[in-house]
Amino acid sequence: MPLILDHVDYVYGGDTELAVHALKDVNLVIPDGQFIGLIGHTGSGKSTLVQHLNGLIKPTGGSIYFNGEDIHDDDYDKKKLRSKVGLVFQYPEHQLFEIDVFSDVCFGPKNLGLSKKEVELRAYAALKQVGLEDEFFYQSPFDLSGGQKRRVAIAGVLAMKPDILILDEPTAGLDPKGRDEILDQIDSLHKEMGITVILVSHSMEDVAKYVERIIVMNKGSVLYDGVPKEVFRHYKELEQVGLAAPQVTYIMQALHEKGFPVNTEATTISEARDEILRVLSRA
Amino acid sequence: MLRDITLGQYYQADSVIHKLDPRVKLIATITFIISLFIVQNIAGYLIAAAFLTCVIKLSRVPFRFMVKGMRAIVFLLLITVVFNLFLTPGETLISVWKLTITKEGLRTAVFMAIRLTFLIIGSSVMTLTTTPNNLTDGMEKLMAPLKIFRVPVHEVAMMMSIALRFIPVLLEETDKIMKAQIARGADFESGNLMKKAKSLVPLLVPLFISAFRRANDLAMAMEARCYRGGENRTKMKPLQYKKRDGLAYLTLVCYLSVCIGANMLIRLPF
Repeated sequence: MPLILDHVDYVYGGDTELAVHALKDVNLVIPDGQFIGLIGHTGSGKSTLVQHLNGLIKPTGGSIYFNGEDIHDDDYDKKKLRSKVGLVFQYPEHQLFEIDVFSDVCFGPKNLGLSKKEVELRAYAALKQVGLEDEFFYQSPFDLSGGQKRRVAIAGVLAMKPDILILDEPTAGLDPKGRDEILDQIDSLHKEMGITVILVSHSMEDVAKYVERIIVMNKGSVLYDGVPKEVFRHYKELEQVGLAAPQVTYIMQALHEKGFPVNTEATTISEARDEILRVLSRA
Repeated sequence: MLRDITLGQYYQADSVIHKLDPRVKLIATITFIISLFIVQNIAGYLIAAAFLTCVIKLSRVPFRFMVKGMRAIVFLLLITVVFNLFLTPGETLISVWKLTITKEGLRTAVFMAIRLTFLIIGSSVMTLTTTPNNLTDGMEKLMAPLKIFRVPVHEVAMMMSIALRFIPVLLEETDKIMKAQIARGADFESGNLMKKAKSLVPLLVPLFISAFRRANDLAMAMEARCYRGGENRTKMKPLQYKKRDGLAYLTLVCYLSVCIGANMLIRLPF
């Protein structure tokens, strides 16, 4: 079910002097099954944007359509929208509240008014999807490690069986191992279940490996929107807005400047390795 | 959602009132409140209104920010006015069914409304023009004599400034958790009272945990900087009276004398 943003504008603080224009004329189409990276510097409006996608914030201008319907129509069922567009906030472990892990994951599907059996089946499946072992299911969520808590919180949203999963900085504050594990799991969710994933991040490094499309936000507007190779071609402009291309891009660009005939479009380490080997073996 | 609460909100501007010593502003606010209860006739209230208008003009804070604080007490104001209007004995003006409005009742009701309104606006001027830190600094200095009676003045002031500092932080946190739970299908609005109270659990538990976490972190950070309370503690920016503060005190004395004078000398029928 595609999500369409049509000339979306959002102003914080209404008509006071403190008003901030957080989103300016954002136009996006999010088709089914894409893995999208939403990148932007702190304050670029990316968090504001994702809160528009499930109707938590109403745009001050423009419209948002989900499956062809305007989500801010008076008779539109927002609860249903929120089960279809799952949003995992930054530091989602801060929203855990139940006495054990399993009941916390049940909260979402329970709110959808499903039968007890269906709720528990979904919670179990979701916890399995994020790779949490059975032994933790009946522990207090507050006794888990940071990475485990985060998985539980992500499972809490997954249990609602969303068509679109949005994750706001899912790796913030995790160590490199925890980060890779979470990102790998999200990637396999995308591949196995075919759901649309929007990964919000300020790190190109994180997303370059996984996503098929990158949307770069700057000062409330969409700066670039395309496949990673295209976007990273603008690495100098990206630096000007406080972002950076993956380190591999810099290495390839430097090699190219030194006279090695490498293709500078490699974005991951393995691609770069193959490319360099190709050039070396030819020489 | 919750950003509309303006409790203790500071409005940044470059004005004489902003620059005044917080002690002056505290004493002035108390004096102003006292003056509101001293004056008994319309002349006195006109003087108070004139004084307040001048201060607001000088403070360069838009008037609607002052009125914002009024929203919270509209209900209280209404109750006060209604009770005074109908329940004060005296000379009957209008009588409908069991309700009678007396001349005295009308007078007290109107005066009460004016007093409360001025009181709220007057104290908003103080909170709008003084940063919470400055305000607690001022309080600490003013209450310093109480140390003789072993009142932990510094500790109380520190607790107050921490509490004030955390209001916006916790409000933001509440907003965030609320949104996160709404995204999980939580419903905070519909249902009866029992259901509504129950629906607050997913909000309150994370909020309390986060408050304790923040308190812990702050305590740790303070200890790491060797904080150990008020004894022998010096300030980076000690409060010092300037010439304008003296002038402000003088103005205040003038205002209070005029108020008392007007109250004693002018005799009006209402």
